[in-house]
Amino acid sequence: MTSRLPPQPGEWIDREQPLDFQFEGVSYQGYTGDVLSSALWANGVHVLGRSFKYHRPRGIYSLANHDANALVSVGSRTNLRADCLPLEAGLQASAVNTLGSASRDYLAIMDRFSRFLPVGFYYKAFHTPRRLFPFYEKQMRKVAGLGKIDPQYREGPTGKQYDFCDLLIVGAGPAGLSAAVDAGERGLRVILVDENPHPGGSFTWQWQRNAEAQERYKKLLDRLHALENIDLRPGTIAGGVYSDYWVALFDQHRLTKLRASAVLIASGCFEQPAVFQNNDAPGIMLGSAAQRLIHRYAVQPFTRGVILGANSDAYRLASDLAANGIDVTALCDLRPEGEPSTAHAQVEATGIPVYRGFTIYQAETRRRGKQLAGVIACPLDRKGEPQPQAGLTLPCDGVAVSVGWAPDGGLLYQAGARFQYKTEVEQFVPNSLPAGLFAAGRVNGIFSWPDQCRDGLRAAREAAVYLGQPGVTELDSVTHQGPSPSHPYPIFSHPGKHNFVDFDEDIHLADFKNAHQEGYDNIELVKRFTTVGMGPSQGKLSNMNAIRILARHNRATIQATGTTTSRPFQHPVPLGHLAGRRFHPLRRTPLDAWHRQAGGQMAHAGSWLRPEYYGPADQRDQSILSEANQVRQTVGLIDVSTLGKLQITGPDAAEFLERIYTGRFHKQPTERLRYGLACDETGTVLEDGVIARLADDHFYVTATSGGSGAFYRELLRWRQIFQLNVQISNLTGQLAAINLAGPESRNVLKDLTSIDVAGDAFPYLGVRRGTVAGVAATLMRVGFVGELGYEIHVPASSALHVWEVLADAGRPFGLKPFGVETQRLLRLEKGHLIVGHDTDALTHPAEADLNWAIAKNKPFFVGSRSLEILQQRPLTRQLVGFRLADADVTPFPKECHLIFDGDTIVGRVTSIARYSTLKHPLGMAFVQPRLASPGSQLHIRTAPGKSVVGEVCSLPFYDPENLRQQ
Amino acid sequence: MKILNCPLNGPRPIQEFHYGGEFHPPLDPAELNDADWGQEVHHRHGEPGVKREWWYHTASGTWFIAERDNLKDHVIQTYLYTPECGND
Repeated sequence: MTSRLPPQPGEWIDREQPLDFQFEGVSYQGYTGDVLSSALWANGVHVLGRSFKYHRPRGIYSLANHDANALVSVGSRTNLRADCLPLEAGLQASAVNTLGSASRDYLAIMDRFSRFLPVGFYYKAFHTPRRLFPFYEKQMRKVAGLGKIDPQYREGPTGKQYDFCDLLIVGAGPAGLSAAVDAGERGLRVILVDENPHPGGSFTWQWQRNAEAQERYKKLLDRLHALENIDLRPGTIAGGVYSDYWVALFDQHRLTKLRASAVLIASGCFEQPAVFQNNDAPGIMLGSAAQRLIHRYAVQPFTRGVILGANSDAYRLASDLAANGIDVTALCDLRPEGEPSTAHAQVEATGIPVYRGFTIYQAETRRRGKQLAGVIACPLDRKGEPQPQAGLTLPCDGVAVSVGWAPDGGLLYQAGARFQYKTEVEQFVPNSLPAGLFAAGRVNGIFSWPDQCRDGLRAAREAAVYLGQPGVTELDSVTHQGPSPSHPYPIFSHPGKHNFVDFDEDIHLADFKNAHQEGYDNIELVKRFTTVGMGPSQGKLSNMNAIRILARHNRATIQATGTTTSRPFQHPVPLGHLAGRRFHPLRRTPLDAWHRQAGGQMAHAGSWLRPEYYGPADQRDQSILSEANQVRQTVGLIDVSTLGKLQITGPDAAEFLERIYTGRFHKQPTERLRYGLACDETGTVLEDGVIARLADDHFYVTATSGGSGAFYRELLRWRQIFQLNVQISNLTGQLAAINLAGPESRNVLKDLTSIDVAGDAFPYLGVRRGTVAGVAATLMRVGFVGELGYEIHVPASSALHVWEVLADAGRPFGLKPFGVETQRLLRLEKGHLIVGHDTDALTHPAEADLNWAIAKNKPFFVGSRSLEILQQRPLTRQLVGFRLADADVTPFPKECHLIFDGDTIVGRVTSIARYSTLKHPLGMAFVQPRLASPGSQLHIRTAPGKSVVGEVCSLPFYDPENLRQQ
Repeated sequence: MKILNCPLNGPRPIQEFHYGGEFHPPLDPAELNDADWGQEVHHRHGEPGVKREWWYHTASGTWFIAERDNLKDHVIQTYLYTPECGND
């Protein structure tokens, strides 16, 4: 371990636990607590990955969990950021996006072509001719993209959990810790998350040599650990903030769906790069990265370094590096006036030469860009332009850049905060926060640790007031003192075009000039055209500089130039954390187990599972036809528990039904059924069913299986609007329903029930209450399938008993259970439409030949006014029956096949059956009225160029005199 | 994930609710000509602003009206329907 420093106070590594690991097949040693980047750096490995476009060697840059050029694969997991990948024993990692290895990447030749690949090159070069695009695409896919996805990857579901708190604090640095302790001591339930494995933020890298700061840090931690109502969650990312402070928290193992009453963001800042030639060479890193290496991982960032600075942080950094034995060759300060604070004197005391008004003009490398050899520094003129002719060469193996900061404001933006650019700090700071959202610390433009702590307290107090805490002493707002922490334009042109603005996507300064010349003068458009900020780090290191560059091209202020939209997630999140089961309610009837045992082919019907038919899947047609024949000839039994079952009671029950349905109900006799047709306000057919009157103020209503939930909901709304005295109970789940149908059904039932089932005692469209198989039941004489039949409604808990008794009693008659597909065939033969299947969102009653169900001279029902208008207009389509001559025609028509007259669409098939008890195929279709009369020929297009001819016939197909159901 | 305040049950997660469309004060159909009635049942205002909307709390079967600024997706207040709701 060539670069490991002696033990550092507060270091995160555990020297008692060394670990062996491999990178690109070579074995190294690190410690528990290392991340892959720090362990490799400690071993002298400085090429951690290759850049996306030009395959340039890259090392550590931020060491702040967004080094997008040090991405590795470990087994099936890919695109892992090496700067936040915890080192584990036996870890085997390799760089992504290389042909060969990170150290020797054959695609590095791309860099030589870089001057021929201007911004927008791929957009412009490869979209014509169109026929070649598949070829281009295939070739480009080979070289584009980062890690390779393993299609065989299998992992169990990642856990999800819900949580709640009064105050969520994001970021456990000086501001976040101070805020958490203050809120916690007030008794608030606080969750404090930090993406790092340890709390402390800049306490753990920037202020390590400041005894006062370390004392405060320790005290804050002691107070925090003493409070049980503070839930500290290190290693946790707040990934996104959604409505009403629903926050997605990600840790290694799970997604936590957190509902917070208030949110305090103390997420800090991202230190920002300076743009100069070869600013991406391994060894050039942010000052904060160098300090993280030293203080968290005890790794020497370099031995001989140059500092490029523009703030007080750079001077503290110089002292810090020098104190750790690093030879600081020079501190180039972009500011002509230099550093006004006492930090300057401390640097001068160490003998480090300070060059005021200087920049690094370019970095020099050796070993094909893999090693930094030195830099050329040069003075800046009054406009801030570099003067390379006055440059001086400074040999070094490292550069630390400390020229400014950009707020980690993504969560604030997502939560609705607005930012304003403040020239005092040359940074966007939040200036308008929605209620319940608070910001503190560096993200708020407050930079020294005592000020950050104060700002954290101030925000915590505001949050406490918002949360209704009594006796809160509010604090004045904190303002930044001293020189600006950020430089307004740390960006320098160079003819060499390797002065990168975006390391993720290899975008250099001239690309922005080109984009601007092409007319891209809006930040969102510049982003799309240049792809700045679209890489894995989402512009954490590039967006701010891109805005500065565009502002300059536009001759506009940074405030006027604005920012791009911030979207979740704050950091890359494995898809496994997001994947999960969706909650689809699935309803099973009380007879579900019986159906399965009897060989029922279960299928989804709305939210229900129902048997389509009974028998092997490869004998579908035969099974359905055989069940249908059984119903027609003897008797069958079907589970219709999925029917909507509503009870309407109260003095206004009949009036309510009159307003909902198109028919009349005031004078409906008790113990009788009426057909009910309901429309919506536009006159569209909404629902149908039967309405049983059990008493003057008591109705029992059935509704379609698929539509009853929404219908029930609408009934409740109309009840409120009508202000009628009526109770509506949805009994769909409480009751089961069984339809016993077929000419023998009366004989099956008669010995099992207390009700007199004789034809004159219990006629068609009658309803009776009594017992069936000893169970209280409501029986209705309906004819949906066109045979003598009894719909038997019993409590769900007794359904199986009743069903089995009926099945036993029916056995001598040849009773068979039949499924929902069989029922569909039978009702089709009988010409009964299914609402929502044979009707659509525009069907009004006249189109479906349902005008008979509309009461004449009724003053009002829902949809009556619209129907009054529609009825005056000529029909544009009609629902008709049709038959085909031949069941063996191929392809056989399907539902929704179109009907043509020449090239004109004149209709659509809504239902069709290939095999029927009538021995010929039959169906229903919407057609233009001129084709609606019996005998019309319908040309159903079944495939391109293929048609089948059907013939319109009058409905019903089966038993037109309605003799069988009587 | 929003929270909506049901007038009967208090603040509940949005998944428990069903959106019921823009609230129209119920009009007397007999007083409208055909064109105006067509507007009434078919026209939906898409423009941003404060809307009165029908919402339904599924678990308890409660319909109510929410006044919502659909530009900010901010619910200003919720209340149960009364016949007076149409009078302003």
